Formats: sequence, C-alpha cells, structure tokens
Amino acid sequence: MIETDHPADGAAGGTTTTDGAAAATTGGRLSLLESVLADTRAQDRAALIGYFPAGFPTVRGGIDCAVAMAEGGCDVIEIGLPHSDPVLDGPVIQTADDIALRGGVRIADVIATVGEVHAATGVPVLCMTYWNPVDRYGVARFAAELAAAGGAGCILPDLPVEEAGAWRKAAAEHGLATVFVVAPSSRDKRLAEITAAGSGFVYAASLMGVTGTRESVGRQAGELVRRTRAVGDLPVCVGLGVSTGAQAAEVASFADGVIVGSAFVQRVLDHADDTPAAVAAVRGLATELAAATRREG
Amino acid sequence: MSDGYFLPDPEGRVPSAGGYFGEFGGIFVPEALRAAVEEVAAEYEKAKGDPAFAAELEDLLVNYTGRPSALTEVPRFAEHAGGARVFLKREDLNHTGSHKINNVLGQALLTRRMGKTRVIAETGAGQHGVATATACALFGLECVIYMGEIDTERQALNVARMRMLGAEVVPVTSGSRTLKDAINEAFRDWVANVDRTHYLFGTVAGPHPFPALVRDFHRVIGVEARRQILERTGRLPDAVAACVGGGSNAIGLFHAFLPDEGVRLVGLEAAGHGVASGKHAATLTAGGPGILHGSRSYVLQDDEGQITEPYSISAGLDYPGIGPEHAYLKDSGRAEYRPVTDDEAMRALRMLARTEGIIAAIESAHALAGALDLGRELGPEATVLVNLSGRGDKDMDTAARYFGLYDEGADK
Repeated sequence: MIETDHPADGAAGGTTTTDGAAAATTGGRLSLLESVLADTRAQDRAALIGYFPAGFPTVRGGIDCAVAMAEGGCDVIEIGLPHSDPVLDGPVIQTADDIALRGGVRIADVIATVGEVHAATGVPVLCMTYWNPVDRYGVARFAAELAAAGGAGCILPDLPVEEAGAWRKAAAEHGLATVFVVAPSSRDKRLAEITAAGSGFVYAASLMGVTGTRESVGRQAGELVRRTRAVGDLPVCVGLGVSTGAQAAEVASFADGVIVGSAFVQRVLDHADDTPAAVAAVRGLATELAAATRREG
Repeated sequence: MSDGYFLPDPEGRVPSAGGYFGEFGGIFVPEALRAAVEEVAAEYEKAKGDPAFAAELEDLLVNYTGRPSALTEVPRFAEHAGGARVFLKREDLNHTGSHKINNVLGQALLTRRMGKTRVIAETGAGQHGVATATACALFGLECVIYMGEIDTERQALNVARMRMLGAEVVPVTSGSRTLKDAINEAFRDWVANVDRTHYLFGTVAGPHPFPALVRDFHRVIGVEARRQILERTGRLPDAVAACVGGGSNAIGLFHAFLPDEGVRLVGLEAAGHGVASGKHAATLTAGGPGILHGSRSYVLQDDEGQITEPYSISAGLDYPGIGPEHAYLKDSGRAEYRPVTDDEAMRALRMLARTEGIIAAIESAHALAGALDLGRELGPEATVLVNLSGRGDKDMDTAARYFGLYDEGADK
C-alpha cells in the first residue's frame, strides 16, 4: 500500500460527528451533494463535475490534482477507483488506471483520497467505480468506510439497477448517493426505473461509447436529458466526450451538470514529469470550464 | 439425422429468466449495452421457435461444417491410460479446425436476422476468430477481430488465416495483452457501434443470453457423442473430459450427459507452471466468485477485486474467467474441474501424435492429459470420452520451440 494519511484523518477534517457509531449511519454526504446541485440550479447554471482517478500519478499527486480542480471551480468531484479491466474507459483513463495500479494503489488509498479532497475543499466527493472491486471488498464495508471518510456516494457505471439492491441498502444506511448511468439507447421505461432507484443525480452518457475527449458532444445528449427529466425529479448531469469550454457551455445550456474526466487526466499525462505544472494545468482547465458553465446561455 | 442439429436445452432447467445458473450468471453490462443484449436474447427466443432457422443451421452444419464429427477410438494412446478405452470426439475435423464453428454459424444467422451488417469478436488462440471470419465471408458481413498482442504473436498462423478471409485483425496492447483484454476491447467497440454491430461472443461466458445461447449451439457435440458411443460400446462412458478456458467445448460435450448420473463430467483447466506458482489460468481451482465481462462467475482476482493476469502456454485457455454454468456445475458437485500444467499438456500432445497420428491443439491436449489420469484412476474396464476440440496446426511453432524440433540454426 502506498503511504498516505489514514482515511480517518480525512473524515475528521470536515465533519462534525465525533461518535464512531453516529458516523457509520450519518457520515455520507448525500445531502451536501443534493444541496450543491440545488444551489447551482437556483443560480440557473449547470454544476461542473470533475473526475480524477485516485493514485494517479501518485496518491499524493492525485489528491493535489483533485483539490486543484475544486479550487478551480468544480462544484463536485468524482474520484475514480482504478480497475484492471476498465471496459467503459478509453485510452486516456486506461493509461491512468494502469499507472495507478502499477504504483500499488489500494482501496484504502482511494477512500483516503475522497476524504482528503472533501476535507480540503468542502465540495461533495463521489467515488466512481466498476462493481467488482466493491463486490469483492464487501458492499457494507465499502459503504461504511466511504461514508466515514466523508464521501458523498458512488457512481456505478456497470452495476445494473436489477443487481443494485445490496448497494442501495448500504448507501441508504450511510447517507450515500447511488448514481446510475443512463445511455442514449435506454428506453423510457428503463430510464424511469433507473431514475427511481438512484439518488443525487443521474449520469447521462452523451453518446454511445467509452470515456475520452471528442470533437463534438453527441446530438443525442440533449434528447436523453429531456427524456430522463420527463420520468423523474433527479438532476441530470452529462458526461463522456466533454473536454473544452465551448462543449461545457453547450452541455450547460440543457443539463443540470457537466462532467469532465479525460481532459483533466490528459493534462496530467502531458506533464508527466512535472507535478506542479500538472496541478496548475488541471486548475487552469477547471477555471476555464467553470467560467463556461456560468456563461449566460 | 432424426435428432436434428440445432438442439437448445430441452429441459429448460437453467438459466433462470434473468440468466442465472444458481448464483452465477446475470447481466452485468453498462446501460449502453442493455438494449443490445436484450435484442440478442429476444431474437434468439424467436429463432428457437422458427423451423426455418433450425433447417438453415442444420444445412450449414452438415454440408458446410461436415457434421456429424467422427468418434475415434485411440487404443495405442489408451495403453498409457491404464488400459481404459479412450474415445475422441473429433471436433478438430470440423471446417476451420475446431468446435468454434458450431456457435459461429448459429450467431451469424442471428446477426442476419437482426439486420446487422458488422460483426466483432474476440479471440485467444485464434480459433474463434478464424471461425468468425469464415462465417462473415460466407454471409458477406464486415468482420473485426480483437486479439491480444501476445496471442497475435504465438498464433501468427491464425492471424494470417483471418486476414486471408477478409477480416480486420486488431492487436490489443492493453492489460495482459491476451484474451481478457481482447474481450475488453471488443466491448468498447460494441458500445460505440452497437446500432449495426453484433458482438459474436465466442464462449459460454459474458452476459445473458450468451452463456445459454453459445451452449445451445454447442450441445450438438455431446448429443452426437452420446449417440455414437452408445452405438459403439453399448453403454455410456464412465467419464467425459474436456478442456476449459471460457468453457464452450466442455459445456457442449457435458450437457447431453447431465442427466446421466453415472457419467463423471471432468473439466481440465490450464495450470500453466502449476497452481502453486501463481502462473496459471485455473479459475475454478484457484479463483473465487466475482464479476468479469458481464456475468458473475469464478474469476482470478486479488483481495480487492482487481483481475489478475492469467498464464498458460495455450492462448485459448489463457483467461481469468469461466462460464457461469461451469461455476454452477462445480458448486453443485455435478462436474469436477482439475488443473493440468503446461508440461502435462505438452506430453499428452506428443503422445497422441506419436501413438495415433493426430496432432491436437494445445488447448485440447489439456483434456488428453486429464484423460490419461482418469483412465489410470478408473481402471481397464472404464471408458473415457474426450473432446478433441481443435487441431494443432496453429500450435506447431509453439510446439517446435517447446520440444526443440527446429533444426539448429534454422530461421525461427
């Protein structure tokens, strides 16, 4: 395991709970996520949600980058749990996951990253993870530790709603969000089932494909947001392929949130040997994207 | 031919409607692929009830593939198996050289029924890739095959065969650069191109309906073999043996024998350098329950759910997962699964070549090694049926290097 601060340090930083048992039932920050998304909606703007994988390029470096993203203007942070088989990710995040895993990143490091980023910035921090690591680690254990660290919930891109019972129960006990991903191919009936089972927000994939930057945001995104809103009350945030201010502004005009991941990771890959420069580049991109999401439509 | 050749499980025992074999199986796919997987399941259900589908598949299996495949008794080989009688089900004699063509032709017909014009597939040893490229040539479908970079090197002959047949072969450079990573890349392609693309999955793993659908297209192996061995010996075999990577040839052989309680079903896994060495692909022997490539089954993984890199000399068995029905058969006790090392498989490969004049695929040689042990355990009165799932032409470079068959100084 890579040396990091103990997860409990992150939890202690930004929480008022002092009793361990109380933390186990109320530690999750779902309500903070909900209030942040309500606030951005009240301000008539889209939330900016930034994704960054834990342990990349190192555990410390990943924390610094995610903190810089929040300081640069991300309203919500997603911390990726690197996986050996990231089937829904394109080459950029695959590369980052490989680097993180070769560096020895462990689930404790991921949870510590969530905790530290939340403690340092106060923004809601979610974990985005493929399902097998959670299944193997233990659903209840993972939820308890994520909540204790101050996490806001999980985005679960390959967990079908039919298989999500155990997670949803644990998430409800610990005050964690359950964010499901919907796709342009999802039929209306399924969108309704998924939206009803989720919490926090719904992650709408802008196009049919894996993560990575694209020339343009799929035309299907707006239609998917419209269809998802029609069947439920959760905010709908759009991800996949968004990398520039112009794309963020376009998505912000029709969605509750704009999710950006690969573009941040690419900035760090571009500054592989210079962590301060990488952190600065990440901060700069967050600033640019935040300005775009606040632009009048 | 009264049995027919398209033989979906008549009992309807498993899987459940949600695709579960006991606690294994299911549909663990991203939402973007949900509709596509459901479309395959719906089309397959329709095809099962369509006599025209069965007739067309039967015509292909008989007149194109060459079914029924032979059942060959191998007495000189059996002298090394404790004197038990050993029979080989000769799937190596099918067109394209392995059992894979059975499933591929069925799914190619489904592809056409769904109106899709592009087919993608993963391949390890290249046998499924060659079969898929063959069917795509036959049906006029665009074909892209994903193959781990390491496998493109050790199975170079099959890469050439696929390209000869007009397929695009994409070497996959991510992860362990073997079968698992080829499947990851095929899923990524499918998500992006699902409107016009069918993922012609090559084994009895993956999300429902693939474990049941691929099994049904391979059930013909066991149905034929059961009939043939009854005709030849007047009784059922004491054991049937097959190699397992993802498990398609094994499930195809086993399935017809499931109700025959006196017949032992034995799957042989690739133990590489030995299970204790950590360099193996013995998923059922050394793995645990987990989710990989769309279903819950046994997987090779670490304590935090990261899939570990498998190893086998055999590209077709070099996979850290296994079909969910095998996991179910293992846990229920109906089938048993044993590890076979590289060295044991290669010895059996050479023994069959020199005693019977048959060069098996290295995958199938794992089953041969298992049969040698089974024969010795069961004694001279026993009969063992082995699935010879593929022929070994593709493996000659690996075998030549292993046994030192190249002339000194020859170009390798």
